Amino acid sequence: MTNHWVDIRNANLILSMGGNSAEAHPVGFRWVTEAIEHNNAELITIDPRFTRTGAVAQDKAFIRTGTDIAFLGGLISYLIETDQIQREYVLNYTDAALVVRADFGFEDGIFSGYDESTRSYDKQSWMYEMGDDGFARRDESLQNPRCVYQLVREHYARYTPAMVSSITGIPVDTIDRIWRKIAATAVPDRTMTILYALGWTQHSIGSQIIRAAAMVQLLLGNMGLPGGGVNALRGHSNIQGLTDLGLLSQLLPGYMSLASAKEQDYDAYIDKRAKQPTVEGQVSYWQHYEKFHVSLMKSWYGDAATEGNDWCYEWLPKLERPLYDVLDTFERMSKGELNGYFCQGFNPLASFPDRAKVTRALSSLKYLVVMDPLNTETSEFWKNYGEYNDVDPSQIDTEVFRLPTCCFAEDDGSIVNSARWLQWHWAAQPPPGEARPDTQIMGELFLKVKQLYLEEGGVFPDPIVNLTWDYKIPGEPKAEELAREFNGRALEDLTDDEGNVTRRADEQLSGFAELTADGKTAAGCWIFTGCWTEDGNMMARRDNSDPYGTGNTLGWAWAWPMNRRVLYNRASADVQGRPWGPNKAFVWWSSEQSRWIGADVPDFPQQSAPSEGQMPFIMQPEGVGHLFAAQSMVDGPFPEHYEPFESPVPQNLLHPGKERARNNPAARIFDGDRAALGKPEDFPHAATTYRLTEHFHYWTKHAELNAIVQPQQFVEIGEGLAADIGVVAGDWVKVSSNRGFIKAVAVVTKRMRPMMIGDKQVHHVGIPLHWGFTGVAKKGYLVNALTPFVGDANTQTPEYKSFTVRVEKA
Amino acid sequence: MAINVTRRQFFKLGGAGLASSSLAMMGFAPEPAEASIRQFKLTHAKETRNTCTYCSVGCGILIYSKGDGAKNVEQNVFHIEGDPDHPVSRGSLCPKGAGLLDFVHSKGRLEYPQVRAAGSDEWQRVTWDDALNRIARHIKDDRDANFVQRNAQGQTVNHWTTTGFLAASGSSNEAGYITHKVVRNLGMVAFDNQARV
Repeated sequence: MTNHWVDIRNANLILSMGGNSAEAHPVGFRWVTEAIEHNNAELITIDPRFTRTGAVAQDKAFIRTGTDIAFLGGLISYLIETDQIQREYVLNYTDAALVVRADFGFEDGIFSGYDESTRSYDKQSWMYEMGDDGFARRDESLQNPRCVYQLVREHYARYTPAMVSSITGIPVDTIDRIWRKIAATAVPDRTMTILYALGWTQHSIGSQIIRAAAMVQLLLGNMGLPGGGVNALRGHSNIQGLTDLGLLSQLLPGYMSLASAKEQDYDAYIDKRAKQPTVEGQVSYWQHYEKFHVSLMKSWYGDAATEGNDWCYEWLPKLERPLYDVLDTFERMSKGELNGYFCQGFNPLASFPDRAKVTRALSSLKYLVVMDPLNTETSEFWKNYGEYNDVDPSQIDTEVFRLPTCCFAEDDGSIVNSARWLQWHWAAQPPPGEARPDTQIMGELFLKVKQLYLEEGGVFPDPIVNLTWDYKIPGEPKAEELAREFNGRALEDLTDDEGNVTRRADEQLSGFAELTADGKTAAGCWIFTGCWTEDGNMMARRDNSDPYGTGNTLGWAWAWPMNRRVLYNRASADVQGRPWGPNKAFVWWSSEQSRWIGADVPDFPQQSAPSEGQMPFIMQPEGVGHLFAAQSMVDGPFPEHYEPFESPVPQNLLHPGKERARNNPAARIFDGDRAALGKPEDFPHAATTYRLTEHFHYWTKHAELNAIVQPQQFVEIGEGLAADIGVVAGDWVKVSSNRGFIKAVAVVTKRMRPMMIGDKQVHHVGIPLHWGFTGVAKKGYLVNALTPFVGDANTQTPEYKSFTVRVEKA
Repeated sequence: MAINVTRRQFFKLGGAGLASSSLAMMGFAPEPAEASIRQFKLTHAKETRNTCTYCSVGCGILIYSKGDGAKNVEQNVFHIEGDPDHPVSRGSLCPKGAGLLDFVHSKGRLEYPQVRAAGSDEWQRVTWDDALNRIARHIKDDRDANFVQRNAQGQTVNHWTTTGFLAASGSSNEAGYITHKVVRNLGMVAFDNQARV
C-alpha cells in the first residue's frame, strides 16, 4: 500500500477493483465502511461477481475477467478528453511534459522494438529525449506531439466507451456514470483511493493493470495524499516483509537486485543501479545504491568484504536468465533438471498452476524437504488419496523429509502488514512435540553444511565458510539478534564533514542516511534501518495516539521507510509547499521552521525548500510520477489490453485479426503449456478462482472452527448457465479445463450474470479454492488442476484469475 | 452517573484489590455484561501480544495461555482475542482470525521429523539430527556436483540451479532474513516466496 488501512477513512471515493476486501480483508474493510459513514464517501466495486464488497457499494459494475486495462484505459482517455485532470499536479509532479524519443512507437498492438522469435522487446526507444545538458527535454505547454501527455492521449483514444463496453461487457451507460464519479476527484480537495489484490496481479497483464491504476491516480492528483494512493491489499501476513527482504529469485534485500552473468564488473553493476537524476537537481535516491549494497556485504561477509575485492561481488550468484521464478523452476523440474527442492511454509502442489505438471515435477526430484507447521498436500504428493490424489507411490522415487515448525503463537519476531508496518510479536507457548522455529532449522542446517565443507572441502566454499555467524547460540539465532542485524550498526566511528563523531562503533544505526559505501557500516536490509536503534525495538512500540486526527499513529510499531506512513507524501502539498486543501493537509512546508512538518514523517529531504524545485517522487530519476514507464516494464511503457491466454473471446477486439496482439506479446509461455491451452469451442466458460471469508488459502481447512462453518467444496454458477446444462442448486458438477478436472457441489446464484461480449454471451464460473486432501474439512479437489501454466510478463505471477473451463453435470 | 468502563479497565480495577463481582453490583459493569465472565477465566492467564497470522491487515491479537511460569510447567494457549488497543483492528477479528485457536491446536500440526523413502507409501519417524545430517549431505553432494563457477561464455556466475527453495511469507522477517542469508550464500537462484504467485 502507498497509504495504509486507517487512512482509507480519509477517502472521498473508494474504487475496489481486482479485490474483494470485505471477504478477504474483513477487518481492514471496516475503514471503507468508516469512510462511507463518516466521510460521506462512495464505494464503487468492479468485479466479475457480485461480492460482499459489492453488496455494500453505492455503485458497481460487472466486468469480464481479465479486461481491467480496457476499463482503465478508457477512463484515462475520458479524463484527458474532458479535461478532468488535476492540472497543476500533472504538470509538476508527473512526466507529462517530458518529450519521448522519436523512434518510440506503437502499431497493431505492438510497441517498437519487438522481436517475435524471442517474444521480447528491445527497449532502447522507450526513453525520454535527452537535451544537450544531459537532462530530459520538456514542453511546459503539453502541446508537443511527442510529449508524454500527448502520447498518452493518442494511445488511449482508441478506448472509446463503445470499445470498452464490447471488451469488458459493462454497459455504456454504467461506464459513463462511473467514469464521471471518478473524474470528480480531480479537484484538489477530493481523493479517490484504489484498493486491489490478487484479482489484478494474477493475470498475464497483471503488472500493467496496476500501472494503469497508477496513471489514473497521477492524472487525478491522488498520489501522496491522505485518502488516495494505489493500495495493494496483500495476501499473507508477512508477504510484504518477505518481498522487502528480497526472497525472490532476482532480488537482494531492500529491492536491490542480483547481477546478470553479463555484469562481470562491479563498478558497472553499481553504476547501472545508482541512478543519477535525469532532471536537474532531483533527489533520485537510488543514487545511493552502493551504500546499501556495501552495507549488506559487510553484514554478510564482515572483514572478508573489502574494497580491494569489490566487497566480495564475485561471491554473489549471477543470473543467466531474467528470472528463476517458480514457473521456470517447475518447467525445469518437470524435465528432470532439478534434484532437490525445499518448501518452507509453502504448499506448491495446491498453490501452483497445472497440478498434473506439478506432480510430475515433484516426482522427478531426488529429494524434497518440507518445513511446515501442518501436514500439507505437498508433503504427501506421493501418497494415494483416490481421485483427490491419484498417484502410485511405488512409482515415485523422491525422498521426502518433513520437518515440523512453529506457528505464529510459538515464536518471537516481526511481520510486515500491507501498510509496511513492522509489528513485533512474542511467543505464547512452546511448539508442539519436537517442532522448532524456522530460524533454528536454517541455523543448524547451515552449520552442518558448513562443517561438511570444513571437513571435506568442496566446490567454492568461500561464501559458506566466511559467512558472518556471530549468534550467541550458533544453531539458534534469536529473533532479536537477527532484527538488530538487518537494522544495521556502525563498524567504526562515523563522523560528519568536520570530523565530529556522529555514531560510535558498534552502535545501532537510526536510519539509512547513516549508511556508507566505504565499509564502515553493516545493514542486512537498508529499508528496515531504523527498526531497532539505540533506543531499542521500534517495532514493539504501542502508542496509538493520533495527534493530527488523520488516522496516522506514528508511535505504533514502525513502518519502512523511516516510519513514513504515506509514501510520496510531499505530493500532498502544492508546488509552493501548501496543502492542496484544508481537509487534505498532511505534510507541508513551514517557512518559520524552514522544514517540512505535518502529520507524517516527510517522504522528502526535510530541509529542501519548495523554491529548490525538488519534486515529490524521490525514487525516480526525474523526481516525478511516470505516466510513461520508460524502460521499467518488459511489455511496454503504456498498459495495453490483451486477452487472457485462455479467453472465451477469439480475438483482441482492439486489434481484430492481429493474432500476435491477441495475448500479451511479451509474456513467456513454454511450448508444452501453450499446447495445453483450451479452445473457446471446447471450453466456453470464463473461470476465475477466489477466496471465501471463512477460509485462508489451504491453512484453515486444518482448523476445526473454519472447517465447520465452510466444510465443503463448491463452485458458483449463474442461473442461466445452470439451466443450459440442466443443473439445480446442490447437484454435483464436473468442471474441466484442458489440463484437468474437479468435481464439486453447484451453488446456483444470481451473483454470476451472463455478459454480452461483442455478439456473444459469456458465462462466468466462480471457483473458491480452499479444499484439498489433508485437513479436517471434507476432502476436495485442488482447483489448480484447472489453471494454465502462464504468468504475467513482468513478474511471472500465474494467470489464476482468467482461464476457460467447461461445466457439466457430474 | 454513568461511568464507561472498558473491559480492560474493568479488569485493572478488579486487580486493584476490589472484588470484581461487587463492582458489577455497583453498576460499573462493562458492556456487554456477559463478557465479565470471560474476565474470570482470563484472570490468571498469561497475556501475550501477537499479530494475526493470516492476511496482511495485521490485526493485533492477545493470546492467553495457562501455566504459571514455573520451570516444570509449560504454557498452553487456551484463548485468543482481538487487541482493543490496535489502531487498525481495534479489538476486531474476522471469521478467519476468530478460528486462530483451532489453528494453533490443529490435528494437522506436525510434531516430529519424518522421512518418506523412495517408492515407499509411508512415513518413518527420525531424529532431528538424523534428518538434518541427511539433508546437509544431499545439499553438499548436489551442490558439489552441479555448482557452476563459470558458464559456457567463461563468465563467473557462481550459482547452483539444481536445487531450489520456496520461503514462507507466513514466517517472520527474522526467519526470512536468515533464510535469504543461507540460501543465497549456498548459491541458489531458484528461490521465491508466495509473493511470486
